[in-house]
Amino acid sequence: MEYFIQQLINGLTLGSIYGLIAIGYTMVYGIIGMINFAHGDIFMLGGFAGLIVYLLLMTVFGGAPIAVALLCMLVVSMLVTSLWNWSIERTAYRPLRGSFRLAPLITAIGVSIALSNFIQVAQGPRNKPIPQMVNSVYTIEGISISLKQIIIVVITVALLASFWYIVEKTPLGRAQRATEQDRKMAALLGIDVDRTISITFVMGAALAAVAGTMFLMYYGVIVFTDGFVPGVKAFTAAVLGGIGSLPGAVIGGLLIGLIESLWSAYFTIAYKDVATFAILAFVLIFKPSGLLGRPEVEKV
Amino acid sequence: MASVTNPSTVSTGSPTGKALREATFTAVMTFLMFALFIGLKTDQNMRNELILVPRWGMLAILVVLAFVGRFAMVAWLQPWRAASKAAKAEAPTVDEEAGFVKRNFSKLAILALVLYPPIILALFGAQGSLKYIDNFGIQILIYVMLAWGLNIVVGLAGLLDLGYVAFYAVGAYSYALLSINFGFSFWILLPLAGILSAFWGIILGFPVLRLKGDYLAIVTLAFGEIIRLVLINWQDVTKGTFGISGIPKITLFGIPFDASPNGFAKIFHLAPSSAYYKVFLFYLILLLCLLTAFVTIRLRRLPIGRAWEALREDEIACRSLGINTVTTKLTAFAIGAMFGGFAGSFFAARQGFVSPESFVFLESAVILSIVVLGGMGSLTGIAIAAIAMVGGTELLREMDFLKAVFGPDFTPELYRMLIFGLAMITMMLVRPRGFVGSREPTAFLFERKNVSGSFTKEGHG
Repeated sequence: MEYFIQQLINGLTLGSIYGLIAIGYTMVYGIIGMINFAHGDIFMLGGFAGLIVYLLLMTVFGGAPIAVALLCMLVVSMLVTSLWNWSIERTAYRPLRGSFRLAPLITAIGVSIALSNFIQVAQGPRNKPIPQMVNSVYTIEGISISLKQIIIVVITVALLASFWYIVEKTPLGRAQRATEQDRKMAALLGIDVDRTISITFVMGAALAAVAGTMFLMYYGVIVFTDGFVPGVKAFTAAVLGGIGSLPGAVIGGLLIGLIESLWSAYFTIAYKDVATFAILAFVLIFKPSGLLGRPEVEKV
Repeated sequence: MASVTNPSTVSTGSPTGKALREATFTAVMTFLMFALFIGLKTDQNMRNELILVPRWGMLAILVVLAFVGRFAMVAWLQPWRAASKAAKAEAPTVDEEAGFVKRNFSKLAILALVLYPPIILALFGAQGSLKYIDNFGIQILIYVMLAWGLNIVVGLAGLLDLGYVAFYAVGAYSYALLSINFGFSFWILLPLAGILSAFWGIILGFPVLRLKGDYLAIVTLAFGEIIRLVLINWQDVTKGTFGISGIPKITLFGIPFDASPNGFAKIFHLAPSSAYYKVFLFYLILLLCLLTAFVTIRLRRLPIGRAWEALREDEIACRSLGINTVTTKLTAFAIGAMFGGFAGSFFAARQGFVSPESFVFLESAVILSIVVLGGMGSLTGIAIAAIAMVGGTELLREMDFLKAVFGPDFTPELYRMLIFGLAMITMMLVRPRGFVGSREPTAFLFERKNVSGSFTKEGHG
């Protein structure tokens, strides 16, 4: 039982990271119907930004309190990554809006290849390890929870709450939901559609940057190829939860995280990704629009 | 949505002033984006700790380049393009009779490909030509074949498949395992690999029949990853990441291409050389490609081909006309997969070595982008796209002269995939409809007229 709860906690941590990335996928998909393949690499970029800020703090100021360092990493990484995604949307996706559906998909794949190779060229192909930032571990009745895990879950919950508030309660969120439902009608009613879409990309990138920094803090290492696997898993999570639905993305992310850690705990670790993908295929066979997705109504 | 976009910048003042403003903005953005990643490099010191090495010079060069580039674009390139567009619109359009080259393009292209090996051999000799026949000829033709195979699924039936490389892997491993363990020859295993891949195509097809569009895309992607992960982890059979080596070569009617007494060179009294095998492989893959093209062209005229295209245009209309969408989709998956399997078994025989490394998602993405860049459905366009993308990256391997420009530490190899990704974006932005944007209609009244690609739909799965 203790072992099970332990794995549950590990899965929850992992799932939070996936959930944060999945929101970026699902928001972009909801608003312009495009699979943003580069999102995983935006996540990796966020991790690298966090890494460099950390090293900068260490070399320039000779270290900083953990809370300050973490806050600096998060803020700078969010800003830089948002800037990147904003420019990418502007140059690679916006000119193709209204063109046919596969065109932005292909540029997104191009952006993904270019981003990961840019980091490889600019920062070198080797693993980038950092020393443990946070290493306190609390043990309650045989179950150990590390401070890292608590930080990740708390930050995730805080961010999700604030994003939920933005999307549900603010004029910006209303504009986003209107654009999602009918772009032309939203434009007719005076919503700046281009700006709304840009902001969606910026928000997705900011969450991915947080996830990247958390990933770096949790595993203590990052490498230029790290965007692909978490990216695909987060995308899987978004589809599993029903792409386009914000709570769906979070639930999907948590589910994927739980499946992964429970499978590696009780079965072979080698086939954990196979299990994840197989469950995805299985869920979609019985519920073709994901767990919380609205089934598409076809009109003739 | 062009009608609802706002003009991004209000053009006030002189064009130079506007260009200056935009260039400054671009420069600032470039600085902010690249300051962390280019301005500082993470390196490991003697104690294996990460340290930062500043590279402000490089960052400055980049920012200046961005400024100059943006300025040139806004101040000179954009007015020039607007002027040439206006001039084009004013000039009356003349219906030109298609020239000799244009009319017989595919015949001429096939002739050029058939003559390619002898010309290269004559120009560079037996040893020097290996690179051109192998790296450029065979490599590009494999991608042409894969892209033509995927075209059946994506271009004709309109089903977005992101895991096509799985069938390529099935074909390659079928040949590798069956030839090593049972000693079958290539000519028996080639159709067998195709059948096995088609079988896997049907296995994939069944569960995804109900899925649409992007749900289909993610499941095919997942399928591709599952196949690759199984290849890595099922070590008793596939030897995992080490791969399978020592895969037998292909023989020509039982004549092996080696230095043995009954080898190809000895029988025909030729000087021993490895070039014969490469030339043979070149013609073999060319033949396989032509087979794919022939089958695709003929299939489009069969009821099943027309059903695929009808399915791409409108699934509901298809169903109400009594087309069985289940079998239609499954045959598209199976036939597309079959050609992937052929290409895979050829790939295994040519390399003599297969490992899961060759079947990553990137390969699927490259093949799909070749299909889309080629104009989805146009065989000529896809072939041109394959030459541009694959040939282009192979060319980048040869850029040794850049070392003289940037110093001996410069490795062009590193920049290959970066340039590849950027080229993919640029080509898509310049020609969103692909290289060949027009289609030959399958059904027509009185005369066959090409229709613009904008009129064909891309399907929703």
